[in-house]
Amino acid sequence: MVKIDVTKHMLVPEHIILDEEETREVLEKYSINKESLPKIHITDPVIKLIEAKEGAVVKIIRNSRTTGSAIYYRFVVAK
Amino acid sequence: MKPKRIKQIEFGLLSPEEIRKMSALKVITADTYDEDGFPIDMGLMDTHLGVIEPGLRCKTCGRKVDECPGHFGHINLAMPVIHVGYVKLIKNLLRASCRSCGRCLLNPREIEDAKVSLQKCLDNGLFNETDTVFKEVVREASKAKSCPHCGAEQKKIVLDKPTTLREERHKLTPREVRGRLEKIPEGDLPVLSVNPEIARPEYMILAVLPVPPVTARPSITLESGDRSEDDLTHKMVDILRINQRLLENRDAGAPQLIVEDLWELLQYHVTTYFNNQTSGIPPARHRSGRPLKTLTQRLKGKEGRFRSNLSGKRVNFSARTVISPDPFISINEVGIPYQIAQELTIPARVNRYNIEVLRELVRNGPDTYPGVNYIMRNDGRRIKLTEKNAEHLADEVLEEGCVVERQVIDGDIVLFNRQPSLHRMSMMAHTVKVMKHKTFRLNLCVCPPYNADFDGDEMNLHLLQSDEARAEAMILMAPQEHILSPRFGGPVIGAIHDHISGAFLATYHREFNYEQVLDILEKINWLKGMPEPDRVDENGIRYWKGISIFSLILPEDLNLDYKASIFDTDLPEEDTIVRIRNGKILQGTVDGRSISAFKGKILDTVVREYGPDEGRKFLDNVTKVSLGAISQLGFSTGIDDQDIPEEASNQIREGLQMASDAVAKLVRSFHEGILTQLPGRSLEETLEVEAMKVLAKARDVAGEIAGKHLGLGNSAVIMAKSGARGSMLNLSQMSGSIGQQAVRGERISRGYENRTLPHFKRGDKGSEAKGFVKSCFKDGLTPTEYFFHAMGGREGLVDTAVRTSRSGYMQRRLINALENLRLVEDGTVRDTDSVIVQFKFGEDGIDPAKSIAGNPVDMEEMFKKRMIYNQENDPLKKEVKE
Ligand SMILES: [Mg+2]
Ligand SMILES: [Zn+2]
Ligand SMILES: [Zn+2]
Repeated sequence: MVKIDVTKHMLVPEHIILDEEETREVLEKYSINKESLPKIHITDPVIKLIEAKEGAVVKIIRNSRTTGSAIYYRFVVAK
Repeated sequence: MKPKRIKQIEFGLLSPEEIRKMSALKVITADTYDEDGFPIDMGLMDTHLGVIEPGLRCKTCGRKVDECPGHFGHINLAMPVIHVGYVKLIKNLLRASCRSCGRCLLNPREIEDAKVSLQKCLDNGLFNETDTVFKEVVREASKAKSCPHCGAEQKKIVLDKPTTLREERHKLTPREVRGRLEKIPEGDLPVLSVNPEIARPEYMILAVLPVPPVTARPSITLESGDRSEDDLTHKMVDILRINQRLLENRDAGAPQLIVEDLWELLQYHVTTYFNNQTSGIPPARHRSGRPLKTLTQRLKGKEGRFRSNLSGKRVNFSARTVISPDPFISINEVGIPYQIAQELTIPARVNRYNIEVLRELVRNGPDTYPGVNYIMRNDGRRIKLTEKNAEHLADEVLEEGCVVERQVIDGDIVLFNRQPSLHRMSMMAHTVKVMKHKTFRLNLCVCPPYNADFDGDEMNLHLLQSDEARAEAMILMAPQEHILSPRFGGPVIGAIHDHISGAFLATYHREFNYEQVLDILEKINWLKGMPEPDRVDENGIRYWKGISIFSLILPEDLNLDYKASIFDTDLPEEDTIVRIRNGKILQGTVDGRSISAFKGKILDTVVREYGPDEGRKFLDNVTKVSLGAISQLGFSTGIDDQDIPEEASNQIREGLQMASDAVAKLVRSFHEGILTQLPGRSLEETLEVEAMKVLAKARDVAGEIAGKHLGLGNSAVIMAKSGARGSMLNLSQMSGSIGQQAVRGERISRGYENRTLPHFKRGDKGSEAKGFVKSCFKDGLTPTEYFFHAMGGREGLVDTAVRTSRSGYMQRRLINALENLRLVEDGTVRDTDSVIVQFKFGEDGIDPAKSIAGNPVDMEEMFKKRMIYNQENDPLKKEVKE
């Protein structure tokens, strides 16, 4: 079976792993802790591909019909 | 105290010992009350089980009515019975365990494997996945021919619904079943979906039945003084009676057959006690023939405890009546009958500023409107006002700090609602206007958001009881704030039906004389004097154009260009393209495209650019001007609006005959095999496609011919073209031809053997035999046409019925999932735990109600605006003007 690079698919938005500093900034901006972020499972195809670790925060840049792009954050969880 | 968080709920089974231990009384008599109306000792109403009558004390806890929570009792069953709720599990357990040694019928390794995969599910929080493991275990275990542990041969067990278990042909008694279940060792239970720490499988066979406290099944005293018992009590009586007979027969050594019959009867009563809608057995009935409402029925369904009592609540301060229209009230208002206004109250705290006003209201009493129904004194006593005590209360009792429950008056804010409340505009905050007659009155422009009409529709009204609620409702929920819908970013509140016909009549080539103009302007309370006439005839009589009158209600600096509903390349541009400059309509016709709900362009622009206040005023004025004009001019439609000349009818008939012949020709070529097959279609499909094409065209042509003879002088055409009601298709079906009837998108094909009706030859594929209706509604349909039309019509009805129930359920689930989300100050959408769901509302932060048909900005309109501006301020033009 041919393995497909899902990140190249037009419907899959760009996922970026945030470093500690960036993560801290995001959490501060919304005055929350990681648990209050939307979650994404570690077995998610994109997460597996970009090799994000459990506990990491990923920034997702989605296309938007109205604003061009929309930013979303997700907390990587194992269960 | 910090609210506690429920982490998990554990469901277990009660053992007979536990049931006895929690019991306050062993119930042995089926009787309830003695002749004097006192509860019989050891009976179902024994005061050990709690009290429901005032004055009596509970013998268990010593408390009185409402203080004693009630206590469970128990009945010792003479013979054990199966609990219906667990038969499926019992069956699975019997099948998966050895009939001799009780072990699970898998070999030890398989049991260990199952335990491991179970643990994996639990560790990963995949609680739903455990079911798959259990199912797998049961499936594999019940395949075993003999026991892998003791070697005993296994027999097939079947469940004979609802509660009879059979092993091959032998019927297993509950006692035998219990024996088997008792033998299953603790170690094997987890893989069979039983947690041995909280339940043993044999508890599913009832030896002791808990008797619910009397507080859970109170008897009611009827007006005649007779007592009527709760359905659960009736059921308990049945169980006790049979239990007693079974006990006596068994102890007397009665024949086995009799004992078995009674045992089965006991099983029946216990089964229906749990669920009186168990399939396979007749429901237990009341003496009147009404089925009893037992435990399951108390909880289940729309009228059950969950949906009716826990998710849904009843409210006070509400009213419901039939609705009817009133074009002379504002869209923000609602007309309320005096009868309702006198019943509903609003609490008003007395202070030094309002005491005199309230004193007058109190003096009026409850029967003279506007009055007061109750007064709450400073000491907390609530006094009901009567004709007699009103005077006294007003003069002596009323003082600052009292709360007066005054009747509704003009200007109060109320919520107005029509079910089904499918969107937020189904509930809006209106201003009260108390009126004569017994219906709620509403402005016709708010019919679309409520989806209301006046064929008997009723609506609900709720009084707001606090200042905060009133302020919030007024600001957020007033109809004027909802003219633009968040669903499509256009107006949902707007002119409908006669408003549009009226606007069209007033503005399409129309002039009004002095009296007529005066009459219309009087309705909008026009105080700025008579406008300049557009024309003065040779006799000095002045005339005003309809568009000039209409211009008076437009904002003074409105500029707009758009096509009217009646736009048609055949009509001159002066009539069909609306041009508004500085609040003056220079040309065009005001119709649906200008003012209607969903499409109105002027309405949309006014609300967007001048705000909801101006929007409301505009709509209120449109209503008055349009209806003023239509009342002046008169408007009606009748059957003769569908009349077309003889010659046109002939032309239509010829056209339809030709189409029929064309289809016949297609059918012939189909049979001869010379029909050219379409790519990707069978020959039959090709015929259907071609025939449909020919017939659809024929209908359109018939419509065109009819339409040619129906001009703008025709009321029905005015309604269709202006966008008031109906369409040209409707009209062509009335005077031209109704056209092809379809079921599931195909020509009608089912009914009899190879034909649709016995009136046709078998295999007839012609137009008439397949549901083409040549006739028009006015001439009437032939019997076969009528039948086909009914077939097509029925499909529509069935579809809507199916759609509404399905979409209703989907919406219920969506709402249950989303109802707790809220928009936080920082722009994020969060749930009740402050977990973020969206980082910006809708991921773009756009209020769809303020969007332009879903887009954040309307570039085209902006360019158009700029062009109009440039034209108006053209330096060359200016010079000419000056
Ligand atoms: Mg109706
Ligand atoms: Zn008690
Ligand atoms: Zn065995």
